[in-house]
Amino acid sequence: MTQTDQQPSNQQRQQAIRDGASHWLVQPKTIRLLWWISGVVLALTVIAQIWIHIHAYFTVDGWPGFYAGFGFLSCVAMVLFAKALGWVLKRPDNYYDRPTKLAPSVLENEPKEPRGHV
Amino acid sequence: MFEFVMPPAFILIFGALLVALARPTLRPIIALLTPLVTLYAVWQVPDGVQMTATFLGYQIELVEGSALRRLFATVFAIMAFGGVLFAFRQSKWYELSAAMIYAAGAIGVSFAGDLITLFIFWELMALFSTVVVWCGGTESARAAGIRYAIIHLTGGLILKIGIEGLYVATGSLEIQALTLESFASWMVFIGVLINAAAPPISAWLADAYPESSPMGGVFLSAFTTKTSVLALILLFPGQPLLIWIGLFMIFYGIIFALLENDMRRILSYSIVNQVGFMVTAIGIGTELALNGAAAHAFSHIIYKALLFMSAGAVLYQTGVRKCSELGGLFRTMPLTCICGIIGALAISAFPFTSGFVSKSMISSAAGYEHLSTVWFLLIAASAGVFLHAGIKFPWFVFFQKDSGLRPPEAPWNMRVAMVLFAAACIVIGLFPNMLYNLLPYPVDYEPYTADHVVSQLQLLLFAGLAFFVLLPLMKRTETLSLDVDWLYRRAIPALAGKIDRALSAANTVFARGLAGFGNWFINSFKQGSYRYFSSRAPMGHTALWMAAVLALFLVMTLVI
Repeated sequence: MTQTDQQPSNQQRQQAIRDGASHWLVQPKTIRLLWWISGVVLALTVIAQIWIHIHAYFTVDGWPGFYAGFGFLSCVAMVLFAKALGWVLKRPDNYYDRPTKLAPSVLENEPKEPRGHV
Repeated sequence: MFEFVMPPAFILIFGALLVALARPTLRPIIALLTPLVTLYAVWQVPDGVQMTATFLGYQIELVEGSALRRLFATVFAIMAFGGVLFAFRQSKWYELSAAMIYAAGAIGVSFAGDLITLFIFWELMALFSTVVVWCGGTESARAAGIRYAIIHLTGGLILKIGIEGLYVATGSLEIQALTLESFASWMVFIGVLINAAAPPISAWLADAYPESSPMGGVFLSAFTTKTSVLALILLFPGQPLLIWIGLFMIFYGIIFALLENDMRRILSYSIVNQVGFMVTAIGIGTELALNGAAAHAFSHIIYKALLFMSAGAVLYQTGVRKCSELGGLFRTMPLTCICGIIGALAISAFPFTSGFVSKSMISSAAGYEHLSTVWFLLIAASAGVFLHAGIKFPWFVFFQKDSGLRPPEAPWNMRVAMVLFAAACIVIGLFPNMLYNLLPYPVDYEPYTADHVVSQLQLLLFAGLAFFVLLPLMKRTETLSLDVDWLYRRAIPALAGKIDRALSAANTVFARGLAGFGNWFINSFKQGSYRYFSSRAPMGHTALWMAAVLALFLVMTLVI
């Protein structure tokens, strides 16, 4: 929003947003700032382990940064697995809207069409 | 004040009938008051069997109280109230009425003292949840409702076979812990698990729930799967098989939600995922684990309803259900957005939300039992929950890109319902003892230790980092994912069609052949009969026929 002599009223601001003015939250400056803040917070959660001893049920889970690394890697693994599975399982979202090839009663009323992949 | 007078479920059924019969202006008042009265009645149920009746010659126990049963009935009643509040100005009266009877079924199951009562209320839920699905009002809702009903009625049938088997074998209809050693207990096990959306038929859930109306989804998210969790706690606590079934459900939910584009279908898959946590906990079976399962069911119902409310509000305001067409709605629906985020944080078990205080009991239970594989998988899954529901849902619906949609904020009753449930998520998170005091076993568990909070934050925030790093891989595609429902929606009809066509071709060939043969046979008699029977026929033929007739007589005298 450009700086004007008068501060725009709340209503004007909402109207501007409805018209498509860019919200402060989506401006590149804010997004950069958010990345920095989250980076710092992420680092802090790991650094905090210097002072806070994490009780380990087993052995590896007591290592510094275990939860960070394990969480990150398992998410990457899940996303990649989902991606791979998607190659096999994904279909256009009108897949089930096409009529089922059912009994002859359906077929007889249908005009003959070239046989394709169901 | 009042003593226990009638089963809480009957109050809700009575209220639902009143809603149907009352004049339109009175309906909202009745619909809103009934769940509150029911909630009060739930708390008047003391421990032990309270009411018996005779049904078809069997002694049945309509109401049996215990801490666990009251916990579930409480959250079902709260849910009925929240759902009605969210829906009463938008839903048709029959949707409200059906949803209330559906809730009554869930409360009836919670207090069922024997298997017959459980079965009756179980079927009541199946019937009226189907009606709620149908209230989606579209052709796909109609079809999905029929598939849903078939699955649940089949599940009910399997359950009934099991119950009958148990009665024949033991003569008892008591609800007690069973072991999987007889055919009948297996049938009960399978029947209950079908309602929990356990593999291999988890697909019914994500098939039916997203087809309901924006309001109906809120009701559907709560009751069926969680009554099934209660039944599993009562009937199969500590059944080791449940650990693996639960873990499968957890990862099934995550993976399919990651692939999904429809916002309410994402949430549906995450129901399977969350119920998986509870099922795993029931399989672990220690007091802490069972407490964890019950507590998680309680907090899950509230935050999942909240998520369905925020998705429902978006759907109601925009009519758009695909993530690929949504985005940027935080601009004009800030309250819905904030409530959705609170629900998403709660489902991800963020510290200071309800999910944290309940889910950490489950993973701790696995840790204390030294089930290392289970524990590591549960931790990975916790990160995965943040990935598929905690960030994915709010990100794609409310942020992501500017879709150009500028819907106004949801109607006031929807907003009030969302704010109440969001507040509940946070209040339970801040004061976990409120929930812990309701649990079946005494709780000796402190969720807010420094190391719990730090480790959970590390896990979740780095899962969040993974989401944004991998964002290019998560680009929404206008697709659905094949699931087991493909078998009965495509493969079996296709196979049936194939068999049908093959048989009809065979039939044509056979009929043609038979007719041809018959023609030839009759013609050969009509035109060629002189060869055998006429006076001009050769002597030999006549002798042959005589021999044949005599032989026939001989055989007949021997036989008869």
